[in-house]
Amino acid sequence: MSTQVQNSRRNFLKVSAAAGGGLFLGFNWFSTEAATTSVLDEAALAAGSIEFNSYLKIATDGVITIFSPNPELGQNIKTSFPMIVAEELDADWSKVKVEQAKLDKKYERQLTGGSGAVPHSWQRLRKAGATARQMLMEAAAKRWKVPVSELITDKGVVWHKSSNRKLTYGELATEASQVPVPAEVKLKDRKDFKLIGKPIKNVEHQAIVTGKPLFGLDFYREGMLFAMVQRPAFGMKLKSVDSAAAKAMPGIVDVVTFKNSVAVVGKSTWQVKKAREALKIEYEKDGNVESTADHDRILQELLNKPDATERRKDGDVETAFKNAAKVVKSEYQCPFLSHSPMEPMNFFAHVRPDGVELVGPTQTPDLARTETAKLLNIDPEKVTVEITRLGGGFGRRLKADYALEAVEVSNLVKAPVKLIWTREDDMTGGSYRPAVRYRFEAALDAQGNLIGYKLRGASINAGNSTREHNFPSGAVDNLLIDSVEHQSPITTGPWRAPITNFLAFAEQSFLDEVAQAAGKDPVQFRLDLLDKAKAKPVGDIKYDIDRMKGVIKLAAEKAQWGKKKGVFQGFSVYFSHASYVAQVGEVVVQKGKPVLKKIYAAADCGIVVNLSGAEQQMRGGIVDGIGHAMYGNLVFKDGLPTQKNFDTYRLIRLKEIPEIDVNFVDNGIDPTGLGEPALPPTGGAVANAIFKATGKRLRNQPFAEQQELKAVI
Amino acid sequence: MAQYKLQVNGRSYQADVEPDTPLLWVLRDHLGLVGTKYGCGIAQCGACTVHVNGEATRSCVYPVSAVGTSKVVTIEGLSPKGDHPVQAAWNEVDVSQCGYCQAGQIMTAAALLKKNPKPTSAEIDAGMTGNICRCGTYHRIREAVQLAATKTK
Repeated sequence: MSTQVQNSRRNFLKVSAAAGGGLFLGFNWFSTEAATTSVLDEAALAAGSIEFNSYLKIATDGVITIFSPNPELGQNIKTSFPMIVAEELDADWSKVKVEQAKLDKKYERQLTGGSGAVPHSWQRLRKAGATARQMLMEAAAKRWKVPVSELITDKGVVWHKSSNRKLTYGELATEASQVPVPAEVKLKDRKDFKLIGKPIKNVEHQAIVTGKPLFGLDFYREGMLFAMVQRPAFGMKLKSVDSAAAKAMPGIVDVVTFKNSVAVVGKSTWQVKKAREALKIEYEKDGNVESTADHDRILQELLNKPDATERRKDGDVETAFKNAAKVVKSEYQCPFLSHSPMEPMNFFAHVRPDGVELVGPTQTPDLARTETAKLLNIDPEKVTVEITRLGGGFGRRLKADYALEAVEVSNLVKAPVKLIWTREDDMTGGSYRPAVRYRFEAALDAQGNLIGYKLRGASINAGNSTREHNFPSGAVDNLLIDSVEHQSPITTGPWRAPITNFLAFAEQSFLDEVAQAAGKDPVQFRLDLLDKAKAKPVGDIKYDIDRMKGVIKLAAEKAQWGKKKGVFQGFSVYFSHASYVAQVGEVVVQKGKPVLKKIYAAADCGIVVNLSGAEQQMRGGIVDGIGHAMYGNLVFKDGLPTQKNFDTYRLIRLKEIPEIDVNFVDNGIDPTGLGEPALPPTGGAVANAIFKATGKRLRNQPFAEQQELKAVI
Repeated sequence: MAQYKLQVNGRSYQADVEPDTPLLWVLRDHLGLVGTKYGCGIAQCGACTVHVNGEATRSCVYPVSAVGTSKVVTIEGLSPKGDHPVQAAWNEVDVSQCGYCQAGQIMTAAALLKKNPKPTSAEIDAGMTGNICRCGTYHRIREAVQLAATKTK
């Protein structure tokens, strides 16, 4: 079915003749208004005076330029967004160029996080492309004096079939800019998609493979200084600084102090790094100075605390557990993790009397702008933010702390400054995935039915460490989910698939334990619970039962669940953000040791926009999930992690990856995102397969450091 | 400070830096060749890999004073048109996600294939496992090295 959509009269699309001819169309990718489009004055746009964040330019030579406002950090939206526009425009993909747009103050959503970029923009992007196509067709109809209904488009050409006349978009662009913006446009039927669903290559590949300066760390400005900051351990504050030796070192321009930080500023990265080592700094206690041993004790205490924040309650759990034929109870724990994007934090700032210029890798440019304005007590309009490509993010660059440090230093030394974090700074500088411990309890009746379920989440700085409305909520008559938190000076932040990156492992492993105790097949056990939730829902159900069943069945079918000999399979499924992913992990035993050989994955993320990018997100998310479940660990001692670099903080490497088989459910619903949902189910699929192979249940991460696994490898 | 004459990508450069300055930072801060990346500074991740006389070398721990008359090749100089078989294979297979580690991956792969033009799967794994990709593009890295091997003369 094709869809009719209306252009709101207020402010969506604006169109103009482009400088030197052609069509220039501005639209809002993120507006909460029904999508809007306009013809624009390119000069006014360049001056930043018009309220649009995305532009589509059709030049007279047929080259189409799409300006992408979202930060690109590897999720491939710089390719997939323009694909959506080009699809509805019926553009020739080989003539489409993609450019990064600057931050515009009117953007509602110019951030990358929460797997929300594509779902958020899907309709708007389609409509912008369809509007431009309609205007090009109207221009052709006018020139040929034929009805628009007789025209078709294909690969950047408008075609009048009966007279066999053709005009390229480039030839029509200037005339099209004079056509009034149509009030209503028709979106394509899904079966007519030519680009969407195909594997389209990353538009920046050639620049990447030839080492072009794309990233924040690559940004250079004549006359800029380099800076590094020494920060205190968590729970400590600055007492005194002796910077004489550092200041005397070659290339050092200044040493400045702000809050509890000491910044060394100089003429090159290496000189600054060496001089920072020459600083003599004394710190003093400012709060709790914690170690992992403290956290282990605190988390255990929190699990036994009588008062916790109730998140969801259905039925009467106490009675259910009293009447249970069998009770299963287990605890699962994960450590703090570093985000460790390959490009460490960095930012360029130039604080001038008339305003502030910021350039760098950020997932949230608007946050950098508003926090800078607050810090310097200036009008946010005086702050410009240019987004570079991001060398990974994983949630770390949702915070603006490192950009703010650059602002502080530039403001103090009155010069353009590029602030750089070393890898050690990155690993010790905070904003970690929080440490969490869960206690699960399940009550089974004599027939092995799940009649009661309890979950307590205890965390260090994770707030609500549960997802109380996720499965199996809705499928259990008596349920209690609560959480309790310890507030620590150690800073935490969103880490790819916040909370669910560990909760999913814990829950899916626990359900495996429950299925085992109930004497049921783990896949059938989940399907039965979902059928129960569908037939007799308990309380609110905030996941789609059919979509979840769809991925469970697809993964089980692809992996030939339960039918293979000599292969030990583990199952896991999770709903996170707005998508569904099921996985089957396969372990074989070689020379008495369990070896992870393969993961089958089935995802329902709605319509797949770019098959190549989507497969990358799936494989990448699963590799990430395996790596951090197996190896990731930050052990704190006196307010600092003892792991400071990749020699002790182990990331997964090429020789450690299993084969990964990726499958997508084809159900035609609008895209629901894929940046995060592949990761959460992975740990459970792996641990449940290892259990099948060895009889050892892995309840703590990282697996590689657990006695249960060490005993068998 | 001392003057160093360097041969990089077939050109002569001069840098006035301290002898212990890692080649990585000379390339990036002084010669403006920023394709070579900083990832860890301790030769653990491979993002900084360049060729020194054809050998894959971790430039983050290689002091400029050790370079001497050696010929240095960076990602910018791997091929004149960006079409080295490894670069072409990287495009063909659509390897990159964020792309930050890929210059180092490509330089490692190019040096591997120069020494061993027809590596086995196990040799590719062993040769590439020193380079970390945080996005997890490893499957395609492996595939691209295999593809490049079929194109390398």
